[in-house]
Amino acid sequence: MSGMINSLYNLRLLDDLAKKGTSIHRVHPLIKLLTTVVYLTVVVSFGRYQISGLMPFLFYPVLIFALGEVPVLPILKRIIIVEPLIIGIGILNPIFDHQTFMFGGFTVSMGWVTFLSIMIKCALTVTVALLLVATTGMDGLAAAMRMLKIPKAFVLQLVLTYRYIAVLLEEAARTLRAYSLRAPGQRGIHRSAWGTLAGQLLLRTFDRAERVYQGMCLKGFTGEYYTGKSNRIRIIDLFFLAGWISFFVIARIYNIPMLLGSLLTGVLN
Amino acid sequence: MHMADALISPAVGGAMWAATGGLAAYSIKKVQSDMDEKKVPLMGVMGAFVFAAQMVNFTIPGTGSSGHIGGGLLLAILLGPYAGFLTMSAILTIQALFFADGGLLALGCNIFNLGFFTCFVAYPFLYKGIIRQGYTQKRILLASMIAVVLGLQMGAFGVVLETLFSGITQLPFSTFVLLMQPIHLAIGIVEGLVVTAIVSFVWKERPEIIERAALGKTIGDISIKKVLTGFVIMAMITGGVLSWFASANPDGLEWSMFKTAGVEELEASDGIHQTLADIQSGTAFLPDYGFKAPESETASEEAAGGGEEAWPTVSVGTSVSGFVGGFLTLALAALTGLIITRVKSKKGRVAA
Repeated sequence: MSGMINSLYNLRLLDDLAKKGTSIHRVHPLIKLLTTVVYLTVVVSFGRYQISGLMPFLFYPVLIFALGEVPVLPILKRIIIVEPLIIGIGILNPIFDHQTFMFGGFTVSMGWVTFLSIMIKCALTVTVALLLVATTGMDGLAAAMRMLKIPKAFVLQLVLTYRYIAVLLEEAARTLRAYSLRAPGQRGIHRSAWGTLAGQLLLRTFDRAERVYQGMCLKGFTGEYYTGKSNRIRIIDLFFLAGWISFFVIARIYNIPMLLGSLLTGVLN
Repeated sequence: MHMADALISPAVGGAMWAATGGLAAYSIKKVQSDMDEKKVPLMGVMGAFVFAAQMVNFTIPGTGSSGHIGGGLLLAILLGPYAGFLTMSAILTIQALFFADGGLLALGCNIFNLGFFTCFVAYPFLYKGIIRQGYTQKRILLASMIAVVLGLQMGAFGVVLETLFSGITQLPFSTFVLLMQPIHLAIGIVEGLVVTAIVSFVWKERPEIIERAALGKTIGDISIKKVLTGFVIMAMITGGVLSWFASANPDGLEWSMFKTAGVEELEASDGIHQTLADIQSGTAFLPDYGFKAPESETASEEAAGGGEEAWPTVSVGTSVSGFVGGFLTLALAALTGLIITRVKSKKGRVAA
């Protein structure tokens, strides 16, 4: 049940964050979506032995955090929840990678480099995806998807699913609370109640869907989802997109930290 | 089972996006053409139901093990395969966006692994095949069990293949398969039992819900063959184009090398022995191995830390400058963030 409460908290947090009005929030949803997709593709395209080249890609999330006034801790918490799965798969790399290199007099398996590279990529990709939602919100994303010509039926269904998650989570949590009060000291649902508990919830869901649909029809729903927000892409949005994409491409082609480092160490030498 | 962005390559992610996109487009067409319009809100609310139900823990008495539903097959049973697949896609999209459960680039992979195999393979060929003679308690158990377990096994195998083709981890094929498949067998059995319990209950209480989905023309005239051919062609084209682009840099090469290596592993007869040998030689790398020359040219190129053509040789100098530069960039990024936050909060205070 704590999982449900956590999920509800998380949904509401991101929803609240998306309602702010900073310069990042004002960037057109489609532009933010495209920038994010390009970012993810570029970051993921780095080879598995590359670490220093990934560092400039920190600038994008850092700027979004700062300019979008997104609190860092809740997002970091999400990353920490996700990382163990990545560690589970990546931790075997040092065992299976037979190549080594010398660093500061120590012989290190190249597997550690690939492991670190995976961890960094994971942190970057997860952060940027969450930042997209935290600065855009579900309605904004839905509008962006419609502009990308994703069919109405799918976008509408996505929005409705999102809308009703909170309702159904609350309903499921109530059901579980009632169950656990009658079955103290028991973890999870006993087999004898599997069908009835989940099944009842399901039947109530069906009835609810019917009521929702009738309610929507009565309010004049014809299949289009209106948010009342302006849909125009401004010049500044295009600058945002072009600026970031050129930065990503340059940082992908040239290893900026390496250039910087060799400049610096060259000077020191 | 949700794959993360960090573990896939753009070529694999793109190919699976294309395949999933094609399937979704076809499903939308089907849903719009042969279902009543009531389905869209129903799909939305059902998606929310599965989302909530995934968090309910079902325990098996006496074993201490517990599980939850994945939802793909249940959705196909209740809504038909097309609406089920779309609903599953929406759930996975929301999980990726709001919960970082599986990445955005990996979304195609995840929808395919958890939605395609359950809705378009396990449901029509296994579940419907068994249930065709009519619903009975026994047939529900048999059909749900087989369909869920095999659907999940296929999904888990999909994860293995997609990860290996991406070439980000160095797990040998056989090890990965041995890790993934048994775990998902256990998960599948619990899920099979839960789905059986739910379907039996709904069938007893409101048989029309299940029969409408099963008897309706939801799958009657569907040609799965057409769907399959379409997706294979789409995946091949996208994969081909993307890997052609990618082969301009070492990643693409690596990717294709890995692909062939993976295939070779498949044909090796004694998988466990191979694995043990790998682990053995892997653990012995420490003192002696370090002074050996790197195994291949590509490896030595990439060992430089940068991996670009501009840094072809392994030398302490380049890795040190990579290190210094990397840290410098890190510090610079952090500093930028701090400054902006400071300035913003100051401005806020002035405004207030």
